Amino acid sequence: MYGGGFVDEKERQKDPVVQDDPIKLAAFEARIAAGEKVEPGDWMPADYRRQLIRMIEQHAHSEIIGALPEGTWITRAPSFKRKMAIMAKVQDEIGHAQMLYSACETLGKSREQMLNDLLSGKSKYSNVFNYPAITWADVTVIGFLIDAAAIVNQVLNSKGSYGPYCRALERICYEEAFHLKQGQDAFAALALGTPTQKALVQEALNRWWKPIIHFFGPSDKMSVHSEKLMRWKVKMASNDDMRNQFLSTYVPKIQELGLSIPDPNLCYHEESNSWTFSDPDWDEFFRVINGDGPCNKERLAVRWWAEEHGRWVRNAIINPNERYVVPLA
Amino acid sequence: MNDIDYNTALKELLFKMADDQYIYGHRTSEWIGIGPIIEEDIAFGSIAQDKVGHSLNIYQMLHQLGEADAEKLVFTRNENEYKCCHLVELPIGEYDFAIMRHFMFEHAEYIRFEMLTESSYHPLANLAKKYKGEIKYHIFHANTWLKLLAEGNEESKGRMQSALNQVYPMAMGIFEESPYEEILRSEHIFKGEAALKSVWMERTEEFLQSVGLQIPNNKDFSEAMGGRKGYHTEYFGPLLKEIKEVFVTEDPSASW
Repeated sequence: MYGGGFVDEKERQKDPVVQDDPIKLAAFEARIAAGEKVEPGDWMPADYRRQLIRMIEQHAHSEIIGALPEGTWITRAPSFKRKMAIMAKVQDEIGHAQMLYSACETLGKSREQMLNDLLSGKSKYSNVFNYPAITWADVTVIGFLIDAAAIVNQVLNSKGSYGPYCRALERICYEEAFHLKQGQDAFAALALGTPTQKALVQEALNRWWKPIIHFFGPSDKMSVHSEKLMRWKVKMASNDDMRNQFLSTYVPKIQELGLSIPDPNLCYHEESNSWTFSDPDWDEFFRVINGDGPCNKERLAVRWWAEEHGRWVRNAIINPNERYVVPLA
Repeated sequence: MNDIDYNTALKELLFKMADDQYIYGHRTSEWIGIGPIIEEDIAFGSIAQDKVGHSLNIYQMLHQLGEADAEKLVFTRNENEYKCCHLVELPIGEYDFAIMRHFMFEHAEYIRFEMLTESSYHPLANLAKKYKGEIKYHIFHANTWLKLLAEGNEESKGRMQSALNQVYPMAMGIFEESPYEEILRSEHIFKGEAALKSVWMERTEEFLQSVGLQIPNNKDFSEAMGGRKGYHTEYFGPLLKEIKEVFVTEDPSASW
């Protein structure tokens, strides 16, 4: 699972401008254009490092926060099969966070610093996890459609330019493919089940449709130009391109199961291979990302619980003679 | 001695084992997402999956012996039909409690399955051989953390001793005897709870002492007993309600 790779331009504008050595910069860009991977010890522009840290960190946070809405349903999963699957799935998400924090550490930010920034609200995570999973059907919508959306983004990013992130993503995508199957299976079981089950999943789909449209971030028309990040292969596709790809694959799958999309204005345009839809209220998107969503407080409160109740454990096992070393890959 | 007695004794044993595993797995899974370090979320996630998986195999064995299927056994039984011990029902608490319970319970599980590898009921003996190999890693995990924390700093040492004082009497409920101990022994199904307890005490005491912890003197084990007869703690009712929440309340006729 993961957020949509949203680049917060407001945050980026606060970054100090660093003048990179033009000769080194040209050589760096030539390497990326030639399809080479950048490795931790290599020279890289300050803005490249900063943006990657922000992106990988946000991705890692999305994994541990993303474990929470589904995690609360492990104890209520309605069969052995579902319980085993969701336990394994949520555990995988935590494992993804572990891999991603490690990948991000190669850029010079420690896991502790990243977790502190999550708790203080300085670092973001995917907006989608600030919405509640009210019923079991919500869990199936997350497991199917949010994971599917995340895969679109992650497969693209795994072709990016930073070696450690790409390698982590390749493994993550492999596991996500299984997550998608379990999500689709659980979703389909409801859609093809009793009338009560079908109503339950339709209601959940209605609740999640707006966050799903929000998932890849605002329309390209609204975003500040991210040409440099695309050239550096930090961002691999535009928000609209990813959203179109997702809708083209999954809208038919939802409809095949006899469910309806809760947007009468959703429309595919063959000539441009793109979709239009009702205004999904981008103001809400920005409100939620800035901390005012239905579950922001609750999610961070859980992380605070883990932080406070786990502190004595971490203090007890820390070795005072050990020095922090940035991992190499 | 006849087949009916043999089966009754065997099933009583299987029910309490499966219920212990399922409920312990359920509780353990609650750590996924909130552990003290990410690696512990992952470790407890694996352990929880093993436990629920083990319980499924044993419920399936019970189904072959004429009981309802595994889904029905877990999702439709009443509180007093569950035979888990009180130790596994308790809420997850803090990490000191979690590691101490883990240590106590896993050692008992390991010894139980070690003994059951010689069971006259061959399907169980075969399963026990497989489980032993998996529980070995749970023990490794529990011992590693118990040692780290018991030998950590002043706070962690104090916490682990308090956890031991709290968990030790509760752990005695694992070994609450069934009315069929004699049949289990004479039919070589299982060597019995008393034999299990004595090996467990020897092994856990040795380890606890090696990491500087003192076994409490408390001899009042009354609050730990009753689970095997279907009497449970105040925490079990809400836990069971949670297990059944979707399965029963949303649509009992549905398949999920």
